[in-house]
Amino acid sequence: MPRAEKTFRKESPVSAFLRAIGAVAWKDLAAEFRSRELFTAMLVFALLVIIIFNFALELDISTRRSVTSGVLWATFAFAGTLGLNRSMSIEKDQGSLDGLLLAPVDRSAIYFGKVISNLAFMLIVEAIVLPVYSFLYGVNLLQPGLMLILLLGSIGYIVVGTLLAAMAVQSRTRDVMLPILLFPVVIPVLIAAVKASEGFLSGGEAAAIVPWLNLLIVYDVIFTSLAFMVFDYVVEE
Amino acid sequence: MQAKPAILKVLDVVSVLLLAAAAYLALVFAPTEAVMGQVQRVFYFHIGTAWTALMGFIVAGAAGIIYLAKRDEKWDIVEVAAVEISLVFFLITIVLGSIWARPVWNTWWTWDPRLTTAAVTELIYIAYFMLRQGIEDPNRRARFGAVYTIVGAISAPITFFAIRLFRTIHPVVIGASDSSAQGTFAMTGDMKVAFFFALFAFTVIFIDLLWNRILMGRLASRVEQLKLNLTS
Repeated sequence: MPRAEKTFRKESPVSAFLRAIGAVAWKDLAAEFRSRELFTAMLVFALLVIIIFNFALELDISTRRSVTSGVLWATFAFAGTLGLNRSMSIEKDQGSLDGLLLAPVDRSAIYFGKVISNLAFMLIVEAIVLPVYSFLYGVNLLQPGLMLILLLGSIGYIVVGTLLAAMAVQSRTRDVMLPILLFPVVIPVLIAAVKASEGFLSGGEAAAIVPWLNLLIVYDVIFTSLAFMVFDYVVEE
Repeated sequence: MQAKPAILKVLDVVSVLLLAAAAYLALVFAPTEAVMGQVQRVFYFHIGTAWTALMGFIVAGAAGIIYLAKRDEKWDIVEVAAVEISLVFFLITIVLGSIWARPVWNTWWTWDPRLTTAAVTELIYIAYFMLRQGIEDPNRRARFGAVYTIVGAISAPITFFAIRLFRTIHPVVIGASDSSAQGTFAMTGDMKVAFFFALFAFTVIFIDLLWNRILMGRLASRVEQLKLNLTS
């Protein structure tokens, strides 16, 4: 396509990079939109985890108040590994990762594209789980502050998760490897997110929330830049 | 196969002697602590092993970065050696700490920043070895190992600070201590002798172990190479 080539040359490197990111993310989202495999699996899994927690923890009114944020984040963490594994193993199984790597774009564009699509899946699942949880347990979870924490926490989780998933699918044990690699290094995100969500749900004093928010932001910034620097080494042949 | 260097053989002997001397200082020479009694003597080796584990942790992270920058296999060997030593010594630290904590804190375990971070670091290092085991290509194994060590080396301190935002009961013997810490004490002169000697002894032991493990790592990679030559 000569026309596409022409526009490609005209672009500045930055917008070409952004376009590559967009293309990778769009590819994943379009494939998912057609099959809905991943999304359905994550959502059903998340709802099942909530049901299990309900009986495991006897979520009556008094316990509910103290454990809601923990239950939510445990649910998202488990459902998240499902999505991360799938999004990387699809690429590996059908050899499309090699195709992506052959594309004349910076490799970190592939990484950020994957981060965006994974983040989108996770946020969509969260967007459905939250109202369902609110409905089931009569807690109002639809607060803007909580949304911010969900976003920051999910970013931290996905940023590290995407990097580690790319490593996990290339090892012999594959899917089993991801949670084992991911959970110990993502503990700060989970602690901070649980504590900050708890702060918001129990009334929301700024002093109880701000340190955790700062921690989430610091984690997100550090690990986004780290993943940006080392992703090349992970996909290199 | 190259022979073990003479200086390392000397260092092996010195390490054993230093360990014996540190044990003597900790168990006999140092005075008994007034409140906690004999169990406080665990402290000298607890800090010594924790120190060794921490050095391993730092060396591993640094070796990971240098490996990715230089792509020289020897840094991968250093990294594995350091991770392995750190894994073992964190475990010893945790066990010794539990022995001390049982009478002093009245519990084997508490979710304190130091304890939790040590435990999480153990899990990171176990995951590290599982990851390496699952990858056949030596180059890829080294690259993934380095990436994961760096991720772990950055995340462990953040975990520490995250848990520190809760209150802690772990005593801080060196430097300012929080008034809510339980089991803290001031060191007398003889205790300091035993303490700093233990630190010194474990530093030497760390160097000795690391060196030996690096030599072993070299042999292991040579064996792997020979095996590859045979099968291909």
